[in-house]
Amino acid sequence: MSAAKTIIRFENVTKRYGKVLAVDNVSLAIEEGEFFALLGPSGCGKTTLLRMLAGFETPSEGRILIDGQDISRTPPNRRPVNMVFQSYAVFPHMSVADNVAYGLMVDGVGPAERARRVEEALELVKLEGYGARRPDQLSGGQRQRVALARALIKRPRVLLLDEPLSALDAKLREAMRSELTQLQETVGVTFLFVTHDQDEALAMASRCAVMNRGLLQQVATPSDLYEFPNSRFVADFIGSVNLVEGRLAVDEADHAVVEVAGLPSPIYLDHGVSGAHESTVWVALRPEKIELHKRGEGRAAPLLDDAPAGHNLVPGVIRRIAYLGSESVYDVAVEGGSSVKVSRSNLTRRDQEDFAAEEPVWLAWRASACSVLLS
Amino acid sequence: MDESWRRAKAVFAVLGGPPVLWLVAFFLVPLGVIWGYSFGENRSLTEIAINGTFGNYVHAIKPLYLGIILKSFWFAAVTTALCLVVGFPVAIAITFASEKTKAWLLLLIMLPFWTNLLIRTYALMAVLRDEGYINTILGWGWSGVSRLTALAGHPLGAFQPLPMLHNNFAVVFGLVYVQLPFMVLPLYAALDRLDRSLLEASLDLGAGHLTTFARVVVPLAMPGIVSGVLVTLIPSVGAYLTPDLLGGPSSQMIANVIERQFKTANDWPFGAALSFLLMYMTFVAIAVQAIVTRNRARRAA
Repeated sequence: MSAAKTIIRFENVTKRYGKVLAVDNVSLAIEEGEFFALLGPSGCGKTTLLRMLAGFETPSEGRILIDGQDISRTPPNRRPVNMVFQSYAVFPHMSVADNVAYGLMVDGVGPAERARRVEEALELVKLEGYGARRPDQLSGGQRQRVALARALIKRPRVLLLDEPLSALDAKLREAMRSELTQLQETVGVTFLFVTHDQDEALAMASRCAVMNRGLLQQVATPSDLYEFPNSRFVADFIGSVNLVEGRLAVDEADHAVVEVAGLPSPIYLDHGVSGAHESTVWVALRPEKIELHKRGEGRAAPLLDDAPAGHNLVPGVIRRIAYLGSESVYDVAVEGGSSVKVSRSNLTRRDQEDFAAEEPVWLAWRASACSVLLS
Repeated sequence: MDESWRRAKAVFAVLGGPPVLWLVAFFLVPLGVIWGYSFGENRSLTEIAINGTFGNYVHAIKPLYLGIILKSFWFAAVTTALCLVVGFPVAIAITFASEKTKAWLLLLIMLPFWTNLLIRTYALMAVLRDEGYINTILGWGWSGVSRLTALAGHPLGAFQPLPMLHNNFAVVFGLVYVQLPFMVLPLYAALDRLDRSLLEASLDLGAGHLTTFARVVVPLAMPGIVSGVLVTLIPSVGAYLTPDLLGGPSSQMIANVIERQFKTANDWPFGAALSFLLMYMTFVAIAVQAIVTRNRARRAA
């Protein structure tokens, strides 16, 4: 692979609407060929960032560069980016072929060349033979393909997608995820998409930027976001998590111990934290990283043997069980008063019967299971 | 929703009955009476015999009257075209104004309705007449320029006021003035419904604002344009007060002729025939327009 080349660069971009700060001093570089996701809850500024890149909004401060060129003030029709709108914005008064050809038509591309490239673009999005149809004869998924073909036919440097899957039903959404990633590999264009759906971002993106209240929280690969979140916001926003507040009791180069008021035993970690001793920290523990063991007379406590005895092991009682098919999620009340979510894969057809509500259990986790968050 | 309303027959009758009765008694029946008169003859000063004659219609399509009818359509067409040209930018401006400004602009569009048409037309006379303020301002400019050219030895002579009243110009000007809101409101309604992301998509795909206007805005605003044209054209054809007050002897429209038949000439049958001739022609125009629209929609589909 050749050395990655930066294609989009946001430099200290801020956008204000009156007194409201929609985007707050965001600096971000996106590399050529990436499938990049802007992820965050609604109102976090991700769509504003995308619209500034498309040219529909102008940054209040900072610059946006594409291929090193400052395009902050370039009108949208002169930018080398094209967008797939959330509503698809397929022109209702034109046939599918005319929709797809629109960008070439306004660029003055000749009819023969236009027809050839429309054919190609429709083939790319698997809509061969749909050229003569009207948009109102298409399903939502097909309209989205028209919007994709219409944007890709312009051979943009970057394809922008605003909540590309939000208007599709659940099954189609799953299928479109892999189709979009395949399409991106085929055309080799940099894709930048906005989503509030963390599953979507994790499944499709090569890299994600998580935003909250106009601020960039973390930029990382999907697995780094999930396993190594840098803040409580990211840990909580991506996936499900047990977040507990504790006190950093031991912090060595190769291990650390966090004492938590609501847990009877301290949490042992196999890595240093580089936080101030005795400072307040938060521990993020994903539900699937906790093991569930039966607890009762004559049963020994489980031993995961990568932490000193008396750590990473708490007794509790199952309060509620949610059976989700592939896994079951157990709500466990632990001694000390906290409530912890544990999920357990249903590896056989009878696994969900292993534990019942009100059953006493041990919760155990490995020293490498938790991440410690300083903010 | 529709279904349940249709099934509630009693509610339907109670709500729909009075207006239907009203329309039948005070609109359809009088219209029918006039329609009957158009096939009648004056027997005496007050007596009309409806004897099925087509004589009134034959009289009505004589070149003298047909010419006035055609001129009425021509005035109405020019008025409508001017309203469209002036009204479209206004409608666009209202559509893209901020919510607060939008309310004010719409109020300004409605404001003329708060004043009686007669008073507004007289006000227009004050603007357009020889001593009106347009000619006054032009006169000032003229005398100023005249003084300058006098320095060079060529004075312009006395100012001749522009003849802007009691002629065809005054009638069309007055009609545009009266009809403009009826053009702007349907245009605004159509433009306001327009999905903004379609305009953004057009820009995003490389089109400039003019191309976007021609290729996306106008085609999608077409229903609004059609209804704006209809509600401007039809009342303009039958305009009475405007040509009566602002027009000259040669800018009579058909409504003025009809009025004279009913009043000074006391020839109700002929007046009725002229009225209905105008109505038939309007119906034909609308029918043609409807057929064209439907065929275009069918060809598109």
